[in-house]
Amino acid sequence: MTPAESRSGPDGEVVLLVGTQKGAFLIWSDASRKNWRLDGPHFPGESVYALALDQRGGRQRTLAATRSFHWGSVLHSSDDFGKSWTAPDRHNVKFPSGLDTSLVQIWQIMQGRPSEPDVLYAGVEPAALFESRDAGESWNLVQGLHDTPDRPKWQPGGGGLCLHTIVVDPNNSNRMAIAVSSGGFYRTDDNGKNWRARNVGVRAEFLPDKYPEFGQCVHKVVHHPSRPERLFLQNHWGLYRSDDWGDSWTDIANGVPSDFGFSMQMHPHDPDTVYIVPIESDQFRCVPEAKLRVYRTRNAGASWEPLANGLPQKDAYETILRDALAADSFKSAGIYFGTRSGKLFGSADNGDNWNVIADGLPSIVCVKAAVVNTQAS
Amino acid sequence: MAITIEIPSALRRHSRGQPIVIIDTSNQPCGSVADALGALASQCPGVIDRVMTEQGELRPHVNVFADYENIRYTDGLDTPIGDPATITILAAISGG
Repeated sequence: MTPAESRSGPDGEVVLLVGTQKGAFLIWSDASRKNWRLDGPHFPGESVYALALDQRGGRQRTLAATRSFHWGSVLHSSDDFGKSWTAPDRHNVKFPSGLDTSLVQIWQIMQGRPSEPDVLYAGVEPAALFESRDAGESWNLVQGLHDTPDRPKWQPGGGGLCLHTIVVDPNNSNRMAIAVSSGGFYRTDDNGKNWRARNVGVRAEFLPDKYPEFGQCVHKVVHHPSRPERLFLQNHWGLYRSDDWGDSWTDIANGVPSDFGFSMQMHPHDPDTVYIVPIESDQFRCVPEAKLRVYRTRNAGASWEPLANGLPQKDAYETILRDALAADSFKSAGIYFGTRSGKLFGSADNGDNWNVIADGLPSIVCVKAAVVNTQAS
Repeated sequence: MAITIEIPSALRRHSRGQPIVIIDTSNQPCGSVADALGALASQCPGVIDRVMTEQGELRPHVNVFADYENIRYTDGLDTPIGDPATITILAAISGG
């Protein structure tokens, strides 16, 4: 198979978009997900913290946010799965001139609602939200969030002051939410004009007031589109669920070896099933007991079970970052995660059994999975 | 007279492949590094996007030299330049 053929792929192939600190990789398999072929590195030498595949509006567009250590951060796109990439002359995501803020890095690219196929969102560092209404051609700062009076009091976490999570209500065009490390979880109900912290019940272990209005270091929030009001949150210490779009949060750290962690992934079909990878502590950011285990709840957090079949259970000093856990949309869901040590693992059976997909990649910072549908409308 | 601006290889995609951009000062006097980079911005905006932030500050891991003096140790972007002068843009040795 030629590289070009390997990139185009037939319908029903799965592609993993893997961002690392030294480039991006597109890793392909058929529905069996047994054999994988690696394409890359794309953007060698540049870190790629955000990747997305936009299959709306007749597109097959891969989006990649690159950061050069020297020359800044740019959003690229490809309509042929990385055979060619746009190379924007001008930086395309940037703060308006005259502010005291300059873009450091793009942390997240998120599609808008199904009813808005040209809408994309980008979460960036320093923490801010950008919106595109023309499928990524142009971007504008969401001024309402930037103007929130809390913003000057947000503090950077270990990865910087980043807006890393964007949660869109598929049913209400006025409602969406974001999460900031460290600022907490914020929601708008008026299409981005006003934003309010929604962190009641979420702990801030590192502050003297353990339950402030805002300032929490939220690491990831997920929800299922069939039940968008119910959110799951992996915190910097703490594992929570909200059933009311974040108005209140309940601790669901029931049976996990640590409630510290970064990553969290919703099952594609079951709104009760969520995956996490617990990390020992903020002082020792490796998996507990040096055993690499994904934890899964099938009852919305009432209990969690370890998934370790095929994963190393000895001397595995691994770290999985906030965007390095992903799921595909096959009926038997593929679950994938990458480690800071450059290992990529995958399961083709909802996490029950795992295999190594790649070893020796640069440090993995994000993993996205998509089933490629060349008949996209 | 003219200001010569040396473009690093990594940015020549944004200078139409040219390693050197000449600023003709007969039409556009340049008294400082900021003036010279401003003139470069009109010819090669993509280069300036990568050398400076959107707020007009020199990126932290980019070095600019005015007649071989690093402007971080002179007056920064306000460093005065003569005519002719040579401005050199280089990536700092930092990296990951």
